[in-house]
Amino acid sequence: MSTQPIQPAVRHGEPLLAVRDLRVTFGRRGEEPFRAVDGVSFDVRPGQTVGLVGESGCGKSVTSLAIMGLLPTRGNTVEGTAVFDGEDLLSLSAQQMRDRRGADIAMIFQDPLSSLNPVIQIGRQVTEVMERHQGLSRKEAMPKAAELLERVGIPDPRARLANYPHQLSGGMRQRALIAMALACQPRLLIADEPTTALDVTIQAQILALLKDLVVETGTAMVMITHDLGVVAGLCDEVNVLYGGKIVERGTRHGLFARPRHPYTVGLLDSIPRLDAPRGEALSPIPGSVADNLPWDSACAFAPRCSNALDVCVEKTPAWEGDDVVGLRCFNPMGVSR
Amino acid sequence: MLRFVVRRLLQMVGVLLVLSLLVFVWLRSLPGGPVSALLGERQTEARREALERALGLDQPLPVQYVRFMQRAFQGDFGVSTQVLPGEDALDIFLSRLPATLELSFFALVIAIALGIPLGYLAARRKGTALDTTSVIFSLVGVAVPVFFTAFLLKYFFAVEWNLLPVSGRQSIGLDATRVTGLFVLDGILTREWDAAWDALKHLVLPSLALATIPFAVVFRITRASVLDVLDEDYVRTAEAKGLTAKVIRGRHVLRNAMLPVVTTVGLQVGALLSGAVLTETVFSWRGVGQALAEGFLQKDYPVLQVLIMAAAAIYVLVNLLVDITYALIDPRIRTR
Ligand SMILES: Nc1ncnc2c1ncn2[C@@H]1O[C@H](COP(=O)(O)OP(=O)(O)OP(=O)(O)O)[C@@H](O)[C@H]1O
Ligand code: SF4
Ligand SMILES: [Mg+2]
Repeated sequence: MSTQPIQPAVRHGEPLLAVRDLRVTFGRRGEEPFRAVDGVSFDVRPGQTVGLVGESGCGKSVTSLAIMGLLPTRGNTVEGTAVFDGEDLLSLSAQQMRDRRGADIAMIFQDPLSSLNPVIQIGRQVTEVMERHQGLSRKEAMPKAAELLERVGIPDPRARLANYPHQLSGGMRQRALIAMALACQPRLLIADEPTTALDVTIQAQILALLKDLVVETGTAMVMITHDLGVVAGLCDEVNVLYGGKIVERGTRHGLFARPRHPYTVGLLDSIPRLDAPRGEALSPIPGSVADNLPWDSACAFAPRCSNALDVCVEKTPAWEGDDVVGLRCFNPMGVSR
Repeated sequence: MLRFVVRRLLQMVGVLLVLSLLVFVWLRSLPGGPVSALLGERQTEARREALERALGLDQPLPVQYVRFMQRAFQGDFGVSTQVLPGEDALDIFLSRLPATLELSFFALVIAIALGIPLGYLAARRKGTALDTTSVIFSLVGVAVPVFFTAFLLKYFFAVEWNLLPVSGRQSIGLDATRVTGLFVLDGILTREWDAAWDALKHLVLPSLALATIPFAVVFRITRASVLDVLDEDYVRTAEAKGLTAKVIRGRHVLRNAMLPVVTTVGLQVGALLSGAVLTETVFSWRGVGQALAEGFLQKDYPVLQVLIMAAAAIYVLVNLLVDITYALIDPRIRTR
């Protein structure tokens, strides 16, 4: 159970969140089971920002929802552990998990409009978290909500309290959701593609805001994205996910300077670059996730991989590395690009 | 909001004007007509013409319509020819209205009080026995004609088992004071508890019969709507905030899920009005529906005209109330 409140709960250097061998399998009785997350392990240290990167469908959202206990109650099995502050979130009761969510661990989602309740004022949607976890009354929480809105850069926050989501712009909505997530000073924030639904210029603003906030408050963050460009500006450490498994891990600098997994290289090559000559074509990774091989007898990426060897379709490449750098590949790319 | 209401009221006047013309023409295009109904066996050419002249039916239709409208604007909708000969048609409607209001109100309360909670539970327990059973019952509820339901209820509960009164609104010989014409309410207002209880017992079977279809519809819309809302991202956000199950249900799920239900309830007023005709006939309930059935059988134009127009006005008014309620729940409409 939880320790004394005053005592620092996390020792320096210890991971705040340690995910080990997380597996999520979908499928009801009679259906072919589908493993969306296949043995994922990673650490998040206090104050650190960790990226979870990969194409659509690679299991990023399912990973985060499993950690949050937000997967549908039926039709899936979750295995492994996710130890947060000394207790395994995956074995907590639904009620214990409710007490953690929004207080210790918060989450923001991709589409700010649909993620806000259309018939409730923004102010109330911010105060309800504080009412729930800090025992404040609505009246007590309201001025704090205005402060929060101000802190996330919403102009005229007092007036905004009474607004409904449809009266705000996309960027303002995402700012409001960030305010809700940070209302109870969580130690971990999971951001699932927080900028994907926004205009490019707004994306940069929101990312800058998130960066400022996590630095200022010391909140650890898991940044989920399909865009390595987002990672470059934000993450201390990056996990590249393919077909439900982590295929490469590295520090931001290491990974960008010397990507080793062919998939990571492919992702880097498909980032639009401002310094590239105009008209130079990006090189997207050929094929799609529909071509994946099953991980248990091959490298799932083999059909799309330019480096593939015979062994790649015969055996599962093993994870070689530790909690800071690592690789899952039989034939990594050369040391320099 | 005020402008919205005024605009809708003006629209309503337009709708009623057009409708008055349609009803007028439609009634007069039906075979038979009041003259044959009045004269019956004694019909001769001379008598027929004399009566038509007396009733103004010899004039061309447009002239008849203009006259009718002129009088209508002064509150004169003509007198009944057959249902209660000589009685003012509007008075007939007004005297029958409380009975139907009382019946429909109870039916609607039953439909909502059962339909919304059951619909919510069925959605939360989707695929369980509770869900499947309620869905089947609601399908049966919509499919079985009101007439048949009314008859079955009456046969078993009143005739066979003698648990509840067979027909009417009040036991014969009971002397109750009238205030509003709503018998249960009158009993409560005057503290004549035996009269209120008696009226309530008379209400049970007819309002159950009348409630079946609205109940089934409210149940199914609630269930479908709750299922939709449960999948919404904002419910996931609410879960991610760690809110209690109670807050998520009330503030985030039900409130949004009620939007389509509110509209549906408004549309059910139409079903209630047509259901009332059948239910009132089976239970000899002296309401508007019964008068409408009689008027129709006997081709009582003035009575029919008033009743149909009044039904339409009520329908439009209720839906205006529904739209106002909707706007109160949904800020996207209110603040546009
Ligand atoms: N409730 C569910 N039932 C069955 N399969 C699911 C469910 N949720 C997700 N999946 C499957 O799990 C896989 C991983 O989905 P996930 O949402 O984690 O992808 P993602 O990496 O977040 O992609 P995106 O970038 O599109 O958000 C997908 O193939 C998806 O179809
Ligand atoms: S294991 Fe083989 S197929 Fe898979 S990424 Fe490495 S080289 Fe390519
Ligand atoms: Mg996703």
